Amino acid sequence: MTVLLFLIPVALGLGGVGLAAFLWALRSGQFEDMDGAAQRILFDDPEDKTQQSS
Amino acid sequence: MNALPQFDEANAACPVAATLICKHCGAPFQGEGTFCCHGCAAAYQLVQSLGLSRYYDQRIADPSQPPTRPDETEIELDLSAWTRPAPEGQKELTLMVEGLQCGACVWLIEQTLLKQAGVVIARVALSTRRLTLRWRDAETDPEGLVQLVSRLGYRLVPCDPERLASAADQESRQLLTAMAVAGFAAGNVMLMSVSVWSGADQTTRDLLHWISALIAIPAIAYAGRPFFRSALTALKARRTNMDVPISLAVILAPSVSLFETFRSGPHAYFDSAVTLLFFLLIGRYLDRRARGRAHQTAARLLALNAVAATVVEPDGRQHSLPPSQLRPGMTVLISPGARAPADGTVRTGTSDIDLSTISGESAPLHCAPGDRLFAGTLNLTGPLTMLVNAVGDSTLLADMVRLMEAAESRRGRFVRLADRVARRYAPVVHLVALTTFLGWWLGGGLPWTDAMMIAVAVLIITCPCALALAVPVVQVVASQRLMRAGILLKSADALERMTGVDHIVFDKTGTLTLGRLELQPGADPALLRIAAGIAGNSRHPLARALLRAMPDATLLTGAVEHPGSGLEWSGPDGVWKLGSCAYAGEAEDGATDHVLWLTGPNGRKQRFQFSDRLRPDAEAVIAQLKAMGLSLEILSGDREAPVQDLAQRLGIDHATARLSPVDKVARLEALAKSGRKVLMIGDGINDAAALAGAHVSMAPASGTEITQSAADIVFQGDRLEAVPSALLLARRTDRLVRQNLAIALLYNLSAVPLAILGFVTPLIAAVAMSSSSIIVILNALRLGRARLGAQGVGARGLT
Repeated sequence: MTVLLFLIPVALGLGGVGLAAFLWALRSGQFEDMDGAAQRILFDDPEDKTQQSS
Repeated sequence: MNALPQFDEANAACPVAATLICKHCGAPFQGEGTFCCHGCAAAYQLVQSLGLSRYYDQRIADPSQPPTRPDETEIELDLSAWTRPAPEGQKELTLMVEGLQCGACVWLIEQTLLKQAGVVIARVALSTRRLTLRWRDAETDPEGLVQLVSRLGYRLVPCDPERLASAADQESRQLLTAMAVAGFAAGNVMLMSVSVWSGADQTTRDLLHWISALIAIPAIAYAGRPFFRSALTALKARRTNMDVPISLAVILAPSVSLFETFRSGPHAYFDSAVTLLFFLLIGRYLDRRARGRAHQTAARLLALNAVAATVVEPDGRQHSLPPSQLRPGMTVLISPGARAPADGTVRTGTSDIDLSTISGESAPLHCAPGDRLFAGTLNLTGPLTMLVNAVGDSTLLADMVRLMEAAESRRGRFVRLADRVARRYAPVVHLVALTTFLGWWLGGGLPWTDAMMIAVAVLIITCPCALALAVPVVQVVASQRLMRAGILLKSADALERMTGVDHIVFDKTGTLTLGRLELQPGADPALLRIAAGIAGNSRHPLARALLRAMPDATLLTGAVEHPGSGLEWSGPDGVWKLGSCAYAGEAEDGATDHVLWLTGPNGRKQRFQFSDRLRPDAEAVIAQLKAMGLSLEILSGDREAPVQDLAQRLGIDHATARLSPVDKVARLEALAKSGRKVLMIGDGINDAAALAGAHVSMAPASGTEITQSAADIVFQGDRLEAVPSALLLARRTDRLVRQNLAIALLYNLSAVPLAILGFVTPLIAAVAMSSSSIIVILNALRLGRARLGAQGVGARGLT
C-alpha cells in the first residue's frame, strides 16, 4: 500500500496541472469566442507573418 | 432579398432572363454577366486585388441566409467618438459586424484589414460578432478601414464594448471557474471513494478519507458560493428557494463526514457533496449562458439599429455623435431615409415624415420648419435640419416610459413553476431530515452521530439535484432551439408565461405588415429597369425600393436629385424624370399609397405604387393560430379604413383603430380583468406600454428600441411564424418540465424511505443521484428534436 503514498500525489498533481491550465485559458480569454475558434483551424495563417505582430 | 418574388413577376414577360448565380454573394439573379449588382462586382474585384480569392472556395454559404450585399452608396463616417487610445500611439475601436456567415467571412475581414498599412490587430469574434481593430494612428484612419470592409458587403457599426459586456458575462465566467474547480474535486474524490468502496479499510480508508476531505472542503467552500449567496438572499427575505436545501446538503454532508473521519468511521459523503455541486453548477452555467446569449443578441440588434446623429456646428462643420450624447440646442441633420435621433423642431427643409412607429399611422405626414419631430420617426423625402429640444422628461419617449412603467407595475407578479415547487418542497425536505434525525436519536436509541449520518443521507437523496436540473435543462434546450429560429427569449419566465396564453393582440403597422415600403407588382419591366437605374443615384426609401425590385439594373450615372421632389436624368434619347406626381407633371390621383412617376421622351410613362406589405406568412399564421383555438384581435393607432381592410383580409373579427397608447393599455387591462391571458405583439413606440402590461409580449427585431426592451421575446426576420413557433415550443416545454418534475419526485418517493431507514450508503447515494439526473437531462434533450412550424402546428391544431 506504500505505492499509494506515491501515486495519490502524482494523480492529484496531474489533475491540478489540468485545472491550472484550464483556469489560465479561461482568464486569457480563450473561451470568449468558441464558435470562431472552431472555424479558425480551417484557414491558413497569412504568408506574411510580420504583419501579425503583437 | 425580399423583393425577389416580385422581381420574378416583373420579369415574367422578359424572354432573355436566365437565372444566374452571382459570383460574389451567391444570390440568384436574372440578367447578364457574373454579378447581381455593381456592389458585388466591386467587392469581387477588391477581394481579387488583395489576393484573398480563396475566400470563395472556403466559404460555406447558407442558402436560407443570403449575404448582405455591398451598399453602393458610401456613408460618411466619423468614428472619433468611439475610438479609444491604446499604448504606443495606437488607437482601438470595437465594431459590430453585420452579415457574418461563417469562418470564411472572419478570415476575409481579418486578412483584408491586416493587409492594410498601420493595422496592428484585427480580430473578429464569431460568437459575439464583434471586430476589435487596433491601428497606428499616424499611418491610417479608421474611417477608410471601415469603408473598405463595407465594400466587401459587411456592415460595420461602432459600439461601446463596456456597455455590451454585461454582468451576465462576468457571472457566467465565475460559474465556469467554479465548475472547473468542482469538476476537478469531484473526479479526484470519486477516485478515492472507489478505492474505499472496493474494500480499502482501516488506516488506508482513513487516509483516503482525509485526502478526500482535504480536496472536497476547500472546493465546496469555493465552488458552492453561487448557491450559498442565493440561499442567503432568500433567507434574508424570509423566503426559501431551491438553493436552501442545496446549500444545507453540501455544507452538512462534508461537516458530518469530517466528523466521521475523525472517528475513523466507515462512511463519508465527500464524493456525494462534490459531485452534487458539480452537476448543479453545470445546470446553472448552461442556464446563464443561454440567457446571456439571448441578451447579447438582443443588445447587438439594438446597436445595429442605432445610428449616429449628424450634428451641424454653428460654423457649418458636421460631425457625428451617438444619439445619447446629444444635448438640447444642438442642430442635427436628418438625411432622407434616416430616423430622427431625438425630439426636436424642424429648422430648415421640407419633407414627408413616416410616423408609423409613433402612432401606427401608415400615411406620411408633410412637415415644414417649425413642426415638431419625434425621435424614431423616419424622414422620407428631403433633408432636414432639426433643433434638438429638451432631452429630459418632456420628450415623448419619457412619457411612454412612464406609461410603460405604470402598466408594468400593474401586471401581476408571476411566480415560476420551479419556485412554486421549491417553496412547497424545501420545508418538507427539512422536516423529513429533522424527523429522521430525531427519530433515530431519541426514538431509535442510536448515538447522535449515527443519527446525523442517516439524516444527511436523507438530505443528499432528497437534495433536489434532479429537481434543480429538471427545469433549467429544459429551458436551456428550449431557448437554444428558439434562438436557432431567430427568436430571442429576453425574460427568463417568458416561455412559462407563454404557456397559458389564450388571446393574442396584434399591432398593425410593422407587426402584421413589414413596416417598410415595397413596390407593388404590375409595372412594365423595361421601364422599371430604367427607373431603377435612375433610382440607384438616391438614398430615398422609394428609390431603394425600386432598386430592390430590379437589383441588377445598370446604374444610370449623372442623374440630378431635386430634394423633396425627384430625380432627373438626361439619357441619349431625352430627359427622364422620376419623382412625385407634381414633379413629373402628372395629376394627383388621390391614392393613399406612396406613388412615384417615371416620365420620359415620346410620352413614355409609368406609375409605380408602393405600399407596406403584409408579412409574407401573415395569412397562414393567423389561420394556424385560429386553429389552435386562440382568439385574435388588432389594436392599431392607424386610420379606420386600412385597419378594417386588413382585419377582413386576415379574418380577424375584432379590430379597433385610432387608439392612443393609453387606450391600448386600458384594453389590455380590461382583457386581463376578464381572466384572459393576453399575448401582445407590437413594434411601435405607441405599443411599448401595452407590451409591458400584457401577460407576455413579443416584438419584431425591426421594431424600436423601447419596444424591444419592453417585450419578453424578440423575433428576427420577416416571418410572423415566430409567434406559433414560440407558442408551441412553450407548450412542449411546459409538458417536459412537468414530466421532469414528476420523474424527480417519483425518484425521491422511492429512495427517501430507504434513506430514512438507514439503508443508503454513500455508494448507493452516488448511483441514485447520477441516474436520476441523467434521466432528467435525456428527457429534456428530446425537445431539441421538436419540430417547429407548419407540421407541428397541423398536428396540434387538430387536437
